Amino acid sequence: MDWLSEFILQRSVAEAVLALVGLALLFGAILGYAAVAFKVEADPIVDQIDAILPQTQCGQCGHPGCRPYAEAIAGGEAINKCPPGGQGTINSLAQLLGVEAPSLDEEHGEESDTRKVAFIREDECIGCTKCIQACPVDAILGAAQQMHTVIADECTGCDLCVEPCPVDCIDMLPVDSGVADWHWQLPSQNHLGSRDNIIATDASEKSEAAA
Amino acid sequence: MRQIWPTPGGVHPPENKTQSLGLPIAQCPLPPQVILPVSQHLGAPADPIVSVGDKVLKGQLVAEAPQQVSANIHASTSGTVVAIEERPLPHPSGLSGLSIVIEADGKDEWCELQPIEDYSRSGPTELIQKIQAAGVVGMGGAGFPAAVKLASRTPITTLIINGTECEPYITSDDILMRTYAEELVEAIRLLDYLLNGPQEVLIAIESNKPEAIEKMTAAIATLNDPRYEVVTLPAKYPNGGEKQLVQMLTGKEVPSGKIPAALGVVCQNVATALAAYRAVTKGEPLISRITTITGNAFSEQRNLEVLVGTPISFILQQQGYSKDTASRLVMGGPMMGFTLLSEECPVIKTTNCLLAPTQEEAPANGPEQACIRCGMCAEACPASLLPQQLYWYSRAQDEDKLKAYNLFDCIECGACSYVCPSQIPLVQYYRAAKGEIRQHEIEKKHSEKARERFEFHKERIEAEKAARAKAREEAAAKAKLRAEEKKKAEEAKLAQANSQATDSDTTPSEAEAKKNLVADIIAGAKKAQDDPARLARNITSTEDRLKKLQAKVEELEQSAPDQAEAIRARIKETEVKLKSLQDKQATLGNSEEKQVDATLQAESNSQSDITLQAEKAVEKMEMSANQKVQRELDTLKRKLAKITEQLASTDEADSDTRSALELSEKMLKEKLRKAEAAANSPASSKADAKRTLSGDEQSAVGDAITRSMERAMQKQSVDVEELRQKIQTLEARIEATQERIAATDDATTKDALRKGLVSMQTKLEKTQALYDMAEQSSE
Repeated sequence: MDWLSEFILQRSVAEAVLALVGLALLFGAILGYAAVAFKVEADPIVDQIDAILPQTQCGQCGHPGCRPYAEAIAGGEAINKCPPGGQGTINSLAQLLGVEAPSLDEEHGEESDTRKVAFIREDECIGCTKCIQACPVDAILGAAQQMHTVIADECTGCDLCVEPCPVDCIDMLPVDSGVADWHWQLPSQNHLGSRDNIIATDASEKSEAAA
Repeated sequence: MRQIWPTPGGVHPPENKTQSLGLPIAQCPLPPQVILPVSQHLGAPADPIVSVGDKVLKGQLVAEAPQQVSANIHASTSGTVVAIEERPLPHPSGLSGLSIVIEADGKDEWCELQPIEDYSRSGPTELIQKIQAAGVVGMGGAGFPAAVKLASRTPITTLIINGTECEPYITSDDILMRTYAEELVEAIRLLDYLLNGPQEVLIAIESNKPEAIEKMTAAIATLNDPRYEVVTLPAKYPNGGEKQLVQMLTGKEVPSGKIPAALGVVCQNVATALAAYRAVTKGEPLISRITTITGNAFSEQRNLEVLVGTPISFILQQQGYSKDTASRLVMGGPMMGFTLLSEECPVIKTTNCLLAPTQEEAPANGPEQACIRCGMCAEACPASLLPQQLYWYSRAQDEDKLKAYNLFDCIECGACSYVCPSQIPLVQYYRAAKGEIRQHEIEKKHSEKARERFEFHKERIEAEKAARAKAREEAAAKAKLRAEEKKKAEEAKLAQANSQATDSDTTPSEAEAKKNLVADIIAGAKKAQDDPARLARNITSTEDRLKKLQAKVEELEQSAPDQAEAIRARIKETEVKLKSLQDKQATLGNSEEKQVDATLQAESNSQSDITLQAEKAVEKMEMSANQKVQRELDTLKRKLAKITEQLASTDEADSDTRSALELSEKMLKEKLRKAEAAANSPASSKADAKRTLSGDEQSAVGDAITRSMERAMQKQSVDVEELRQKIQTLEARIEATQERIAATDDATTKDALRKGLVSMQTKLEKTQALYDMAEQSSE
């Protein structure tokens, strides 16, 4: 050890270098420990995407359910293949993934304003259980040779039960929106547009557009 | 004097209260029809319990609350239920809702009421139930079921009776306090009792109602209770808001998302208190209320005692409403009310005011202009929010930001809209944003549920698949086990026979007998194999005997000629026999095979029971295992063929389906390969079984028998074959029965089994005889 102390005393540079190396090792150890001890399990991107998707499990995107589509999106698939989610879902996905929001790919279906649920015309049902097998959320109640019925609360309106029905007794009916579901709408954009009246030229432009 | 804590914001719109206070409360005439919507309150709609055509009396329950947060609906007059249908609701949406329509019979006949004379004898719980049954809801505007508020679980220190009525034009609470001050104080005492005597009971009245203050103070003075106090509040809108009121009177702010009960405070409107009191002491359900009819479009402005369900159009007609002068018809006050879209909708429990202002009173909103960031809305906001920020984010539909800016603390009082110089309908933005957020939350819940259900569905399908596979495996394992057990039993039997045969030291005679048996079997087998030789031997021996006899005849002829005669007859006989034997040998050429069969059958039946049974068991075992595997193989092959076919027919472009099909094809192939391997393994076990059999002498014999039997089977006619199978099954059954007899302890079962055994044996004998006959005929 004598030679080391002598070496350090003779060369002040060595002292500084050793001090820095020591510090680097110390902080490295602290950081390394912190990285392990305080590790935050990040929400995997697939879960975040899945949370945004509407979970109708309709398969209109070409995937057997919302989760597979979420996985496909995480793998780079287009985000505009979800008609039940519509533009709102696309916007949220675009925001999450930091991309430009495209418009809905009409190839996969059209966005519907009203929520729909399946309804079985029960006197026509022959009890074939085909729709029960098709339902991705087990929302159809029934047994072989027994009449089936849809639990409207659990129905996602995915449409998948309509196709297999051999007697075409399943309808997709819009959900009755009563007073309880009603909510105020934003003041109409026309109302905002009444600013046009402030400047005479705006008004003329508007009337031209209308014409 | 009590300290009044300041509240932020607030506005001072023109009060316009004097117009409707000029006249005392009047009773609104009985309408020809009352319309009772089943949802007049916050919470779940009530369920109708009457049907069309029913006669109802005034105060009779017509719709029942399905749960706690809901309220009963009672008939407000006697008459007949004429319809239960969708009718326009007094609601900003203008939508229709389920309503019970009662055609009044004009008698206004009460049903039997059950008043509680002295409520102090009943417990609070019972009284609260009574209030709930009477359908009492908050009559200040929100319509929250009163009983829920009174049944507070946290201890209440302050009871606030809300008589502020801060909204312009409305005077229903004011006139109620003026008219029913004494009864109201009694009602407050009831609430005091229900809440187990809070430390203070405050009656809050705004300073613009001097007459009400005076009347209430006088009424309270008679109580001589220091806890009771009438508090005069400065007139400012919206001081009547529950949260504002609590803050002013206690200095405490109700936390965001909490109710006043969290601070130990309960607020009740004066009209609600009175309704609760009448429900208890008179037994009257909430079927009428005081409604302010005001606005210059009415020829007579006053307060009316109106039956719940009275059509608005009826009141308008009564009060001289002029449609031409009215700018609109509003339910509620000018700040928080909403424009009615239909005059056909009824007065409900929360209708405190009908306002029909003229154009001068309430001019139509000017055009909305751009926000100039003046900040007046923020100054006016009683909830200390930032209305302009909320406005921007509502327009942008940025829900996260709206939540961050506490949109849900907005009480929608309209103060910001009132002060906005750009005439922006701010509250409408907030209401829309709130609705949007609520809807999204509901959707989120829905989708969360759907996700859970979908995942459960997937799990269920997987589990079912696994269960099916497991069941199949178990069945296969069971079959294998059974086969192994049988094999073992046979082996044990064989080993026993073998050891008995070889074990000559211990039991010589038995061993001898067994040896003889074995020798017999071998001999029998040999005989079966070379019958023509035996026949030839027979012929030779007969010839020998003939020669010997002839020698004897020569000898005897010399000594005793009479005896020689008899011997000659015997010689003749022997010659005939020889002849027949020779004939038989001659015909043997074509019938040789059949004779072999006959001999074999006779011998195998009589001599080689053990061997045959062993053989049969092995065969059976092989058959069952083989058949099963074969069946599985066949189905797999069929499935594979189907999948391949589907794969071929699937469109090239449909890559997803294709890949799925390819995957299942691969899986099937794998399964098929496994099944084939399984099919091979029973084959090897069959070889094993053969090997164990050929381990000893008997099995060698058995093999020989099998070979000859196989040969014989090929030759035999169909009915003989059938009979043989019958014999075999019978033998198997007999064997099984014997085993069972050995296994059972129960005497009666044993008896029954023995009886069965006997009958089977006779059957076997019969079949055997039949078989012999059939064989002879085939010969």
